[in-house]
Amino acid sequence: MTAPQRVSYRMESTLESVNKAEAMAEQFSSQSGFDEDTRSGISMAVREAMINAVLHGNGYDPVKSVKLTFEQNGRELIITITDQGKGLDPAEVPDPLAPENLMKQSGRGIFLMRAFMDEVRFRKVDPGTEITLIKRLQNNDLDPQEAST
Amino acid sequence: MSMKASTRQVDGVTIVDLSGRITLGEGSVVLRDTVKDLLGKGQKKILLNLGDVSYIDSSGIGELVSAFTSVRNQGGELKLLHLTKKVHDLLQITKLYTVFDVKDDEAGAITAFGK
Repeated sequence: MTAPQRVSYRMESTLESVNKAEAMAEQFSSQSGFDEDTRSGISMAVREAMINAVLHGNGYDPVKSVKLTFEQNGRELIITITDQGKGLDPAEVPDPLAPENLMKQSGRGIFLMRAFMDEVRFRKVDPGTEITLIKRLQNNDLDPQEAST
Repeated sequence: MSMKASTRQVDGVTIVDLSGRITLGEGSVVLRDTVKDLLGKGQKKILLNLGDVSYIDSSGIGELVSAFTSVRNQGGELKLLHLTKKVHDLLQITKLYTVFDVKDDEAGAITAFGK
């Protein structure tokens, strides 16, 4: 089991930050002990949350930044992404699986975050939105010694 | 990280061989421009070969939907070929797998286009 760890980054509101955050998510989820499929899902959820923050929240504004935090404690990986935008109410985002929305070009980001994570929380901050993504390790993700305790 | 698109013609069908990632930014733009260019030339039977596409994000999904709609609105057909497991699963969970006409075999896909 890895020692509990919490690391924060201040990211620019750019597409490059989205790609960097995705790569970091892959690295942290690997260190946390998740299998390849789960790591891929976590990376995608982080990518979608970062797109949300950089594009829809901060609008690529160079003055605004995104705070990205990874926290691992041996049981779960918690990722927090905070933008400085106008604030997002997830209840106002239409269901992308509804027949009338199925062929829309956008609106699937939050759905994908929820599809790949165990828990997704939204909190309005001043200014902006904080998205918390949580993925829990299952017993079969842990090494045998850890799982038996 | 970037995406590459190359086109070839087989029996009146334009096959677009895509490789890389269809994501927000360059990947989505390459796909959009390629389909727009083909429609501009009157090539309306389009088969997107996604066999070498390793990753698609929500923006890439949106671009596929947009391409499908644009082609259909101009009286054409767009089909998908050789989905990787990741892309297949993504289209399943977004309920788009049954919207797109997905094929596993290139020759079969080409004959499936209306004459």
